[in-house]
Amino acid sequence: MLDQYTGVAIMLLMAIGIAGGMVLMTSILGPKKRFADKMEPFECGESQLVSPRQRFSVKFYLVAVLFVLFDIEAVFFFPWAILFKRLGVFGFVEMLLFILILGVGLMYVWRRGGLDWE
Amino acid sequence: MELLIFYPLAGFSLMLALGVVMNKSPIGSALCLIGMMLGLAGIFALQQAHFIAILQVIIYAGAIMVLFMFVIMLLNLKGTDTKWRARERNTLLTVLTTFLALGVLYKVITVIFEFNLDSPAKVPDTFGTAAVIGETLFTDFVLPFEVASILLLAAMVGAVVLAKTKLD
Repeated sequence: MLDQYTGVAIMLLMAIGIAGGMVLMTSILGPKKRFADKMEPFECGESQLVSPRQRFSVKFYLVAVLFVLFDIEAVFFFPWAILFKRLGVFGFVEMLLFILILGVGLMYVWRRGGLDWE
Repeated sequence: MELLIFYPLAGFSLMLALGVVMNKSPIGSALCLIGMMLGLAGIFALQQAHFIAILQVIIYAGAIMVLFMFVIMLLNLKGTDTKWRARERNTLLTVLTTFLALGVLYKVITVIFEFNLDSPAKVPDTFGTAAVIGETLFTDFVLPFEVASILLLAAMVGAVVLAKTKLD
């Protein structure tokens, strides 16, 4: 029963290996010049201009909420994709309707300027 | 073999769950929560509940955590904030949460003793796989599935209305 996860395990090990290897290599091979400004936790070694703990604009939150909503939409595609052939035309129309309703939402967001930054 | 995978995963999840509660910085807590959810996803996958495992990774560890991060950013929490310092030593809150935790613990223990763990509920092995869930979702529960899209639409409209309204 666990045989089906062999691929997952191999991929997991490779991902850990690649990510860990990159961090390890840069920490071993990379040059290390420490000075006060570089050790500041903000703006990549530039001098800190303002406190990093600032109140952020609600614009960021709109992006996050839209991301969550379309993420939930994406989850519905997983079982649908698996069953695509078995469900036939019925499943196709069903999903088309689902996407259409969400497409209306996307159009609304677009028209109201929810995708623009300013 | 299954237990050999289950126990490390469970221990990993529990440790990170403790990390969420004990961590001083909210960002650290959020990172621990992501790790804990990934551990939970592993446990779900071990129970053949592949769909919930996918949900756990994509929705919880992905989307909900992004939302949490944004809340942390928006709230502008500072460790030195006097309001939060005062809340750390609030006797009323301490007593209340202790009672709540004890109540939950009591319920959990009674449920565990009531259930006969030797005869688990009879469901097929493939009960939680994406194919089986999809089959019921796309045939028996077509209407709720389509209504879900309308719910998402409403949420979208609500988010835009709330965030795009100019406050003057």
